[in-house]
Amino acid sequence: MAKPDPGTAPLLAIEGLRVSYGPVAAVRGVSLAVRAGEVVALLGANGAGKSTLLRTISGLIRPRAGRVHLAGRAIDRLAPSRIVRLGIAHAPEGRRVFGSLSVADNLRLGAAARRERAGLVEERERLLDLFPILRERLRQAAGTLSGGEQQMLALARALMAKPRLLLLDEPSLGLAPLIVRAIFDALAGLKRVGVTMLLVEQNVAAALELADRAYVLRTGEIRLEGASAELRADPERIAHAYLGTGAA
Amino acid sequence: MSPGLYATQQAINAVSLGSLYALVAVGLSMVFGILRMTNFAHGDMMMVGAFATLLLGALGLPFGWAALAGILAGGLAGVIVERIAYRPVRGSPDVTLLLTSLAVTYILENLGILLFTSSPRNFPVPGWLDGSFQLADGAITFTAINLLTIVLTLVALLLLGWFVTRTDVGLGMRAAAEDMTAAHLVGLDVNFLIVAAFATASTFAGLGGVLWAAQSGVVEPTMGFTPLLKAFVAAIIGGFGSIAGALLGGYLLGALEVCIVAFLPSTVSPYRDALVFALLIAFLLFRPAGLVHAPQEVKL
Repeated sequence: MAKPDPGTAPLLAIEGLRVSYGPVAAVRGVSLAVRAGEVVALLGANGAGKSTLLRTISGLIRPRAGRVHLAGRAIDRLAPSRIVRLGIAHAPEGRRVFGSLSVADNLRLGAAARRERAGLVEERERLLDLFPILRERLRQAAGTLSGGEQQMLALARALMAKPRLLLLDEPSLGLAPLIVRAIFDALAGLKRVGVTMLLVEQNVAAALELADRAYVLRTGEIRLEGASAELRADPERIAHAYLGTGAA
Repeated sequence: MSPGLYATQQAINAVSLGSLYALVAVGLSMVFGILRMTNFAHGDMMMVGAFATLLLGALGLPFGWAALAGILAGGLAGVIVERIAYRPVRGSPDVTLLLTSLAVTYILENLGILLFTSSPRNFPVPGWLDGSFQLADGAITFTAINLLTIVLTLVALLLLGWFVTRTDVGLGMRAAAEDMTAAHLVGLDVNFLIVAAFATASTFAGLGGVLWAAQSGVVEPTMGFTPLLKAFVAAIIGGFGSIAGALLGGYLLGALEVCIVAFLPSTVSPYRDALVFALLIAFLLFRPAGLVHAPQEVKL
């Protein structure tokens, strides 16, 4: 496999990735790319391997085979804290904010791994402008926030690291439609300012509206990929790829 | 003696004893919080602290400096134990962790017996620590060591409070204790945080050990056993894994023990420890999460 050239390489390049939990293969030979400035959606049913893929990129799980490159640099053997320092932040499934810590302390820890300390205060202000409700709740324990507020905090915490790539795992999970709207509006705002995202979502419509491109994953393999506009125009192909009925 | 003065005297005793329990319980709870492991060797860091103080004192170091170095030796011993005994088994089943920590306890205590024999040794304290103060015509007495215990514990706990609420490392330790995966994902260096937790916890145990030895006047290789058990009870009462809970539990346990001896008929006093452990069982049965517990549920 040729080493990608850092000059023209995509920001994130995954080649032939295989991940197993014991004898069970969760990801079977996935290759995908995310270019700088792009928003890419990763769709698929429960158990398709989407979260596993994100957790592998973040270094929580070691792949059995394949490579993960960030801007041409192999990161698949690095510790999670190194990967965050290299520029990948991850807002995990179920938000996982630190419930006993205040909102302000959650944000502070989001930036703890960051080398470049300049602009930290401005960054925080910008994020609090994006999610004004967090400003009102700065001193409150994160565990007392509503689900939607916790999702906003999880996003803001990840962005405090000033990532080159933001991994989002089901930001709409379990939220009321109105809140989902607000979250996706915020994500659209982030996209406009050039934040690169790899988004795992069950909410296909919202994901395709936000994303430039999408991959559909089923039983650990990519079954379909294409530009969002194209995929939106052909919902049947997505359904086939999702569920494995008929030809994709 | 008037009942008010008697109660005041007992309150001083209770705070002094509770301080020691709190010092040890906090460390036990901290390590449990981050590793989900009961570190039985925690009590042995008290032994290390006390013996190191004794040795350095014997070498001619003034007591204050010997004690400071001894306390730090306790902290260092904790870091070494984490590195060579606990890190290799991290992530193993609970039983493995439990047996490892018991094994470390036996190794350290037997090492102590090998080096210092099993007979108790005098723990000499300087004259200024040997005195006592009397108030209200001798109705209230507190020894200099009581006073030092209370003050040093207060200082240590204030420092700890600052550490875990105002510094990145302290906040990171609490974050990792609450959700290890999320701590990884925000880029915290979890290995370093675990070392920091052991260093802090064991330094507290070292301080507890020096104060314990100064109060009792003796050191012996198994001196950590009883305080460890009591700290364990205190941590359970407070809510295992919670720093605030361990403090509360420590002071409550101190107060309870003093009250049992001071206010119940003298025939009950010998059963003090039995009552304490009955309380432990009651908590495990009816309130296993303890008095203070962090909200852990995931909200949707």
